Amino acid sequence: MIVASPKPVTELKTILASHDKVLFVGCGTCVTVCLAGGEREVGILSYAMRMARRLDKKPIEIEQVTIERQCENEFIKDIAPAVERNQAVVSFACGAGVQALAERFPNRPVYAALNTQFLGILEDQAVWTEKCLGCGDCMLAQFGGICPVTRCAKRLLNGPCGGSTEECCEVDKDRPCAWQLIYKRLKGIGQLDRLEQIVPPKDWRPAWHGGARKIVRQEHRV
Amino acid sequence: MTAANTQSGKPAAAKAAWEPEIIAFCCNYCAYAAADLAGARRMQYPPNVRIVHSPCTGKIEMEHILAAFEKGIDGVLVAGCLEGGCHFIEGNLRAKRRIEHIRDMLNEIGVGAERLKMVNLSAAMAPTFVERVREIVETVTKLGPNPLKASAQQGAVSK
Repeated sequence: MIVASPKPVTELKTILASHDKVLFVGCGTCVTVCLAGGEREVGILSYAMRMARRLDKKPIEIEQVTIERQCENEFIKDIAPAVERNQAVVSFACGAGVQALAERFPNRPVYAALNTQFLGILEDQAVWTEKCLGCGDCMLAQFGGICPVTRCAKRLLNGPCGGSTEECCEVDKDRPCAWQLIYKRLKGIGQLDRLEQIVPPKDWRPAWHGGARKIVRQEHRV
Repeated sequence: MTAANTQSGKPAAAKAAWEPEIIAFCCNYCAYAAADLAGARRMQYPPNVRIVHSPCTGKIEMEHILAAFEKGIDGVLVAGCLEGGCHFIEGNLRAKRRIEHIRDMLNEIGVGAERLKMVNLSAAMAPTFVERVREIVETVTKLGPNPLKASAQQGAVSK
């Protein structure tokens, strides 16, 4: 899922300085699961923002709504009347959701309430870790299902760098060495021979280096 | 203009009349029983505290505390079991982390973290409960009214 984290109250207060009636829109998918932009977080930040603005003698009126997904127009269209009632929209979605709202409502400013971080998983209660870079050319089959492109700090494709200590990355001692994990995993599944294959330099063309990507699946077009 | 008159006209009288309003969220298994015991033993503590009975401090949502401050409450005391003594194993430890988060948030907002405090005690610690209540009343009295109080009352009147 997409993992995000909330912006500080002070930053959001600065962003909203010129408005006094805004719509806070939560997203019921990824950011709800990562406890950053769901109905509850929208409520908590609304309390904080109302209080902060009252202390500045510039009260703000906040309307709250949370929709199932902000990245699909099918769900966005339901909030059109609420958007019309307000001067601006604050989106508690990932960057995709914020932009989807901005495209759908060209006459209203749309601001992001979250910092979108990465594609990751829930590692432990309230702990998320990055697992995928979205590079567009998945190599997981070669590495036993552990991605060195994402999880090795140096993105090495042909073994560890030699800087790791015990089982930890030299860049961050709390981070496991991806290559240690790959070795253990390949050993566990009896595919250590994969490590003898030299992996050529990665083709980065399918990644974002050429600008925003687009996928068209003709078989599903109508 | 009315506000200016209030500020410049009789600030001393207004200040003298002000008494802090404090909400104490009390866990059923410790602080609430301690408050009960304090009452049974006729122990005196400031009447500024309104007790809200909670099944566990872990059940107190962040929204409850923020709503209290938004409505103009001057201070909030969250009283839970001793660490390691929670009836639900770790409800009080979870509450502790949430309270820390809200304290940070209150600083960001401008209300101030000092107005929110969490304490740990057992059901038998009535004197401790009384002491903690006195402490927060004293702290909040020194801090003065919740800066949101005036606008909260205006909002209530306009509604």
